[in-house]
Amino acid sequence: MNWAETFRSGAEAIRSHRLRSGLTMLGIVIGISSVIVTVGLGLGAQNKVRSEIDALGSNLLIVSPGSSTNSSGIRGGFGSGSTLTLGDAAAIDTEEVAPDVAAVAPVVSTSGSLVNGTANWTSQVVGATRDWPEVRKREVSTGRFFTDEEIATGAPVVVLGADTASELFAIGNPVGQSITVNGTPMTVIGVLASSGASSTDASEDDLAVMPLTTAKQLSGSTSSTVSTIYVQAASQEALSAAYQEIQALLLNRHGVTEADFSINTQESLIETANETNRTLTILLGGVAGISLLVGGIGVMNIMLVSVTERVREIGLRKALGATPSVIRRQFLVEAGVLGAAGGVVGVALGIGTAGVLPRFIDQPVAVSAVATATAIVVALLLGIGFGVYPASRAAKLTPIDALRSE
Amino acid sequence: MSAVIELTDVRKTYTMGSLEVDALRGLSATIDEGEYVAVVGPSGSGKSTLMHIIGCLDVPTSGTYVLDGIDVATMDESALARVRNSKVGFVFQQFNLLSSLSALRNVELPLVYAGLGRAERRERAADALARVGLADRLEHRPGELSGGQQQRVAVARALVTEPALILADEPTGNLDSSSTREILALFDELHGGGRTLVLITHEPEVAARAERTLLIHDGALLDEVPV
Repeated sequence: MNWAETFRSGAEAIRSHRLRSGLTMLGIVIGISSVIVTVGLGLGAQNKVRSEIDALGSNLLIVSPGSSTNSSGIRGGFGSGSTLTLGDAAAIDTEEVAPDVAAVAPVVSTSGSLVNGTANWTSQVVGATRDWPEVRKREVSTGRFFTDEEIATGAPVVVLGADTASELFAIGNPVGQSITVNGTPMTVIGVLASSGASSTDASEDDLAVMPLTTAKQLSGSTSSTVSTIYVQAASQEALSAAYQEIQALLLNRHGVTEADFSINTQESLIETANETNRTLTILLGGVAGISLLVGGIGVMNIMLVSVTERVREIGLRKALGATPSVIRRQFLVEAGVLGAAGGVVGVALGIGTAGVLPRFIDQPVAVSAVATATAIVVALLLGIGFGVYPASRAAKLTPIDALRSE
Repeated sequence: MSAVIELTDVRKTYTMGSLEVDALRGLSATIDEGEYVAVVGPSGSGKSTLMHIIGCLDVPTSGTYVLDGIDVATMDESALARVRNSKVGFVFQQFNLLSSLSALRNVELPLVYAGLGRAERRERAADALARVGLADRLEHRPGELSGGQQQRVAVARALVTEPALILADEPTGNLDSSSTREILALFDELHGGGRTLVLITHEPEVAARAERTLLIHDGALLDEVPV
């Protein structure tokens, strides 16, 4: 008996017991669809985190000063040092030195008290350069960003974050208005569009950006040290090359062998966030997997019932010349078809649920092709795996006993 | 004339717990090609056991059984299945048709196990059904046929492989008198066509149609009665 015939007779057997076959598949259907949905939820959460972090600035490297251990073994806190300078930033920005770098944005940041008439607000004051909007992926929604000339002259101009602007100016357009920052009068020339990303970092929309030179004057500092240097790599692929180039360059410039600065990437942030998601996905996936296992046991149960019920049929088939291996194969194919059919229906249900679910809960669900294909294969193997025992029971029946039974 | 069935000193012992039951006690018999033989005997006489052994559904505990030149006494289950498929056509009291399949598919079944291609199977199955007078019932399910028609489908299924032997176990036991006449007439016709038929029955009027009767009693051949 060839495979086509075996499949045909398996399909016939399933069709002639529609309700029972449907109920058998139900276990597999529920198991597979819940696996698809839980894996989809996990992937969706990972994608969400990635897009949120990407929104903060893509291909971003964050160079911070002083997190190394000094010679006497005392560790400086993160960013506590003052080892980074404008010179470092300028050096990174030279193409010959660091060809994988697209843009560099050194910043100094302090805290400042902003006052508009009777409204006052304490916020982060960031001194930045022209490339800051590009590197940090920020846009000005009204007004403009400051010019090179304003940076050169240390002009008293400021661009406010969206939240800061609404705190200081409850009504009316802030652009062109005058405020004081730590007592120094400044003109608001623009307002930043909301970063859109951060539930993770509220400060992204609560800040005041001014030319780096202006910020230096404000703090009365004459040094050229900076708080952070944001570096945008030329591409995602260039990220690790840029990392190494910057590291080598700064070690060389600082004349040290052990880094007195640290370089962080967005990847490390994503990793941390994904760690949590992965744990949750494994947990939920495990529960879904157990329901899949229960579904498989359901297949075995029904197949055993089916063997008992069809003893006469098995006996007849044997009398007509079916060998034990043919009978075994027939029941295995039946179980496999049940499993695979359950898998296909389960995948359809899972994808459907994944499409509808985001309307009810605030979570994206990403259906992965790999997970879908794997689910169908697993369902097929589950059917066959749990079909082995019933099939060998059927194969072992002697034709006389089988024919004799009523 | 060559022998289709040669049973020599066949014994069959069943073990039921500590009890050993001899179903056949050294039975020898020969049935030639083209013969029409009835096996009769009271229940418990061993005639079912003999039928199982003749039909290769079971093997003897000792003794030899040569079916159409093949010694089957020591074969394993898979080899026996292949012998049944090619050498024996069964007709059962309960018809034993698969209710979910059409008459044609039921008759095709032995050919499926023989590994024949679809087109040839259909042709041969349709031929066999035509031979039993059911050419217009190919696509009917067993439930849509009368008892006599169902048994004729079963006879067609027994014929379709052109077996050396047709083995009928109480073929009229579940039929009314007119259907019984139909089936017995069909057997006469097959016998007339040169087929070897072995009929197991307890009805004397059915046994009377055969050329020869083997009377089984207590697991041995009691008498051979030529008709």
